[in-house]
Amino acid sequence: MQDVGKSKAARALDVEDLSVRYGQSLAVDGVTLAIEPGEVVALLGPSGCGKTTLLRVIAGFVRQAAGRVRVDGATIDHLPSNQRNIGIVFQNYALFPHMTVAENVAYGLRARGNRGPEVQAAVTRFLDTVQLGAFHQRLPRQLSGGQQQRVALARALAIEPSILLLDEPFAALDRNLRLDMQIEIKRLQRTLGLTTILVTHDQDEAMSVADRIAVMNKGKVEQFDTPVAIYDRPQTLFVNGFIGTTNLMNGKIAGLQNGMATVALDAGASLSLPAPAGIGLGAPVHMSVRPEQLALSSVPGPDTWKIEPGLALPIGAQLVHEARTADGTFLKIIEPRRAVMSEAARAYCTLAADARPTLFPRSP
Amino acid sequence: MRTMTPPSPDGATSPADGGGKRSVTAEWQLALPLALAFASIFLAPLLMLVGVSFFNDDKISQPGFGQWAKFLGDPFSYKVIADTMLLGVKTVGATILIGYPLALVYLDASPRVQKVLIFVIVMPLLLSVVVRTFAWIVVLGREGVVNTVLMQLGIISEPLRLLQTELGLVISLTQIEMPLMLLPLISVMSRLDPNLRDASAALGASRWRTLFTVIVPLSMPGLVAGCLLVFASSTTAFISQSVIGGVRLIYLPLLIWQQSLVVFNWPFAAVVSIALLISVLTVVSALSWLGRRSGGYVHG
Repeated sequence: MQDVGKSKAARALDVEDLSVRYGQSLAVDGVTLAIEPGEVVALLGPSGCGKTTLLRVIAGFVRQAAGRVRVDGATIDHLPSNQRNIGIVFQNYALFPHMTVAENVAYGLRARGNRGPEVQAAVTRFLDTVQLGAFHQRLPRQLSGGQQQRVALARALAIEPSILLLDEPFAALDRNLRLDMQIEIKRLQRTLGLTTILVTHDQDEAMSVADRIAVMNKGKVEQFDTPVAIYDRPQTLFVNGFIGTTNLMNGKIAGLQNGMATVALDAGASLSLPAPAGIGLGAPVHMSVRPEQLALSSVPGPDTWKIEPGLALPIGAQLVHEARTADGTFLKIIEPRRAVMSEAARAYCTLAADARPTLFPRSP
Repeated sequence: MRTMTPPSPDGATSPADGGGKRSVTAEWQLALPLALAFASIFLAPLLMLVGVSFFNDDKISQPGFGQWAKFLGDPFSYKVIADTMLLGVKTVGATILIGYPLALVYLDASPRVQKVLIFVIVMPLLLSVVVRTFAWIVVLGREGVVNTVLMQLGIISEPLRLLQTELGLVISLTQIEMPLMLLPLISVMSRLDPNLRDASAALGASRWRTLFTVIVPLSMPGLVAGCLLVFASSTTAFISQSVIGGVRLIYLPLLIWQQSLVVFNWPFAAVVSIALLISVLTVVSALSWLGRRSGGYVHG
């Protein structure tokens, strides 16, 4: 089951300053991505951010207005999609409904002029790889969603592509199956050493499958980094808001010394935090802090602020507290579930011990 | 999948079917007025037609198989049947050759162009067949548009004879019946998942390969429906056949007209009518059988 394909060298994929124009607007706006051989990169963003368009340019279905796509340094822009040797799995799988599973998998090989036992052997091998060996004579409509996806994957892998593109591949699957398929695809990708690009709007999916994530917004890449770096050190306000849940509090830089900034929060507290580059004294800022990086307290202090506690919802082993600050900002605070706390024990809020809030400049 | 249950000996349905049976009865009652109307204005005349065909004389007084013997014993009858079916086949062939590429153009066009195209396609249906047929006389005549243009370009020196030829008839029927081919074809093709073409290209297939291995098989239901309509309509197109084909080209509808309204031999006209009905139905049911076989491939 593991010996799929010959172990080929994985290909590097470079997207250079790529722009795509749809009428008046830019769907993709000057995107540059350097993807390492064998890497899994997720293009993550809200719908309409240009991630699918970018994928379609790489596949050759859409022509760019500017920029280049290179595989191992060679541009592929002049090649029509049927000469690019790029495998793609569509969100709706796009299996040929009038062909059996085996015919679907053999399609790419036959299109390349291969015939006979060679094709049969490859079909058997790739169907075994996705554990569908027994289903080769079925029609796609006789398969479940997960099985159809495996067929689509086998069909894309059978042409031994240089790059594998996955367009929202898990969106149509139910929750449990989704995790199974994510593991399966990750396993296959590892075995084959295939450079893979995954388009998704689901951050958990991107976090679990990808080596690096390109967060896209309005046709631009906002941040291209590892999942952990994107979660812990978002570089823009958009990434900060899009990944995970976060609280945004308004404040001002009240002092700057040795790379540390004293932030006076509008909610009424003074915090000492690492200063972002290029920020001036008195500049208005957003402080972004994750719910789990806030803590409740019963005692006032210079680094705590008064809150008006609201609902507390148990989610798994945690309790999500809702609270309102003096300046009217709503906060979410996640704490481990303990004995019921009184109102007084929840009167103040402060940063948790290991909290790493991020400061972003704010227009006043 | 339908499961077959053997009928119980007393002919009663099993209790499990009770609920289903009740709703079926209700549906029947709703369809009853239509069924009665059909029976009185369609089925009854048809039965009368069959009855009339079994009389030997044109006064409809002596029952017998004389007219059938006359029709089936005459080689001319078979020639007319063959010519009529061949006319249908040629028209279907021409509408496919022109209509299929047109449907592909329609699919690739922008929504605005699509609106214009659909108007152009449907427009012939808004004009009476008589008007369209006479327009073709103007186009195909000795002094018509086609001949004038070809002569002035120096391609021909003598006017081509297009009227009262099968070629001219097929040309005009192709235009007249084209909407019947295009509408079902376009409706099936525009339901096809556009990703299928991209998937085929990404797998390395050329445009032609994609056309013949993916698009054509999946558009079969529309193609079959179009062929069915064009065939049934062109083999029975009495006005176009007689106005453009003239009296020299004899097809079954013209024969029926001559026998019933010129010679007043109604029994023989009835025989020819039944022959036309059977020949067209045979081809049409063969086509729709093909259509049902390929119908399962299209989803959504």
